[in-house]
Amino acid sequence: MNAELPSMRVEDKLYYNRYLVDVGRPHVKVRAHATPSPQLLALLKACPARCYELNEKGQVEVTVDGCIECGTCRIISGPTGDIEWSYPRGGYGVLFKFG
Amino acid sequence: MIDERFDAIVVGAGMAGNAAALTMAKRGMNVLQLERGEYAGSKNVQGAILYADMMEKLIPDFREEAPLERHLVEQRFWIMDDRSHLGMQYRSDDFNEERPNRYTIIRAQFDKWFSSKVREAGATVLCETTVTDLARDDHGRVIGVRTDRRDGEIHADVVVLAEGVIGLLGTRAGLRPRPEPDKVALAVKEMHFLPRETIEARFNLEGDEGLVIEAAGTISRGMTGMGFIYANKECISLGIGCLVADFQRTGETPYGLLDHFKRHPSVAPLIAGSEVKEYSAHLIPEGGYKAIPQLYGEGWVVAGDAAQLNNAVHREGSNLAMTSGRIAAEAILEVKSRGDRMTAKNLSLYKRMLDDSFVMKDLKKYKDLPTLMHTNSQNYFLTYPQLFSRAMQNFVRVDGMPKAEKEKMTLKSFVKARSWTGLFGDAFRFARAWR
Repeated sequence: MNAELPSMRVEDKLYYNRYLVDVGRPHVKVRAHATPSPQLLALLKACPARCYELNEKGQVEVTVDGCIECGTCRIISGPTGDIEWSYPRGGYGVLFKFG
Repeated sequence: MIDERFDAIVVGAGMAGNAAALTMAKRGMNVLQLERGEYAGSKNVQGAILYADMMEKLIPDFREEAPLERHLVEQRFWIMDDRSHLGMQYRSDDFNEERPNRYTIIRAQFDKWFSSKVREAGATVLCETTVTDLARDDHGRVIGVRTDRRDGEIHADVVVLAEGVIGLLGTRAGLRPRPEPDKVALAVKEMHFLPRETIEARFNLEGDEGLVIEAAGTISRGMTGMGFIYANKECISLGIGCLVADFQRTGETPYGLLDHFKRHPSVAPLIAGSEVKEYSAHLIPEGGYKAIPQLYGEGWVVAGDAAQLNNAVHREGSNLAMTSGRIAAEAILEVKSRGDRMTAKNLSLYKRMLDDSFVMKDLKKYKDLPTLMHTNSQNYFLTYPQLFSRAMQNFVRVDGMPKAEKEKMTLKSFVKARSWTGLFGDAFRFARAWR
């Protein structure tokens, strides 16, 4: 296989998709924390839309605008209760044309 | 608030929900189906293969109007290492039959059509409506749902939970545990568009003939996972999935894995020059028989992905979903026709009927395989693919080495990598889990 790729531009992939963002009402929230748990840190890599990022204080933050609603973060952080996860309100979120 | 009381509320408009709603509405039940997407299908993600036999049981003449892509005439299995693939393929003109057995489909489009049939059968389908909670009475019986669209509750005799793999409602209500990271896979997929003729030339297809490639090996980097390539009419569905627990453990990224798969020398030429039009992700239940939760209770049943019904070995899920949805509906109809209440005791009929179907029989057959694949992922997804590839290359490369020496060399490489005990153990464990 080819040599190791530079870090993937997930943003470019998300650009293909259609979304109806529910401004000001994110369907996923990270619970306030001082130091992130290993589960929370795992989301930085495991989220297929790279919604999770570290802020300058080393805490994990989520931006749900590009979320493709797979539920992986809910599964991983299940035991810790690090995140609050709901479906977006009806009609909002990712709108798949092909699915 | 909807004042009307329904015979049944179906949560979700995927394969399971549509099958259940259609079956009940066709038989005259007053059905409300709730879907959070802007239309049925807009939140649904699958490879996707449609299994005709199970679809016929719901809509016998679906072929006449359903948006189908290609009927499958060829299946390829690839065992991959970084530069090679060792393939087994089966192609048969028998699959060019009057009523083909399997089709590629595009879920958002197919489900939209499927949903139109549910409406025609008389069900009330409400989209853009997220169900937030189950409504329960003082005894804990499920008596309806609450949504984000209206205040108050909507009531029904029974609620069919076809809410998909995430299963938020059921887990929130404590009806079943949340799936564990080693019991679900995360798959990511891209839709690659190419001219029809290009797809047909690259895959050796004629007309509406279709093809599937399932691939495993070093593409999953030692994780339990698989890649897939499905030929649609004017696009190729290409994706890869691995257990969530493996992503968590390794720190591999799903999109990194996908891009690596796309650049594999066996894959890249198939999608060269394509235009990608969508990137999606979805969880797949992989826990098999042992991960199936409680399927019924006081005033509720659960079907499809929400019930973790997926045959990981045969990559069958949508047919298990539509069959379980249909059977759940038939059980409900039977209870109703006897004039009985939708109690757990009466709804246990659903489980008994499902146990008698291929759904549970198939899952039971492979009950030990998911654990084996997971606990031995390094061997089955990394070591063996590399060994097979080298063995095959050794077999076909002509370089003056006597054949007896070549064979000895191949055998040695296997023993060195896994030892005799390991080799026999792996074969024995695999055979026992498959049996």
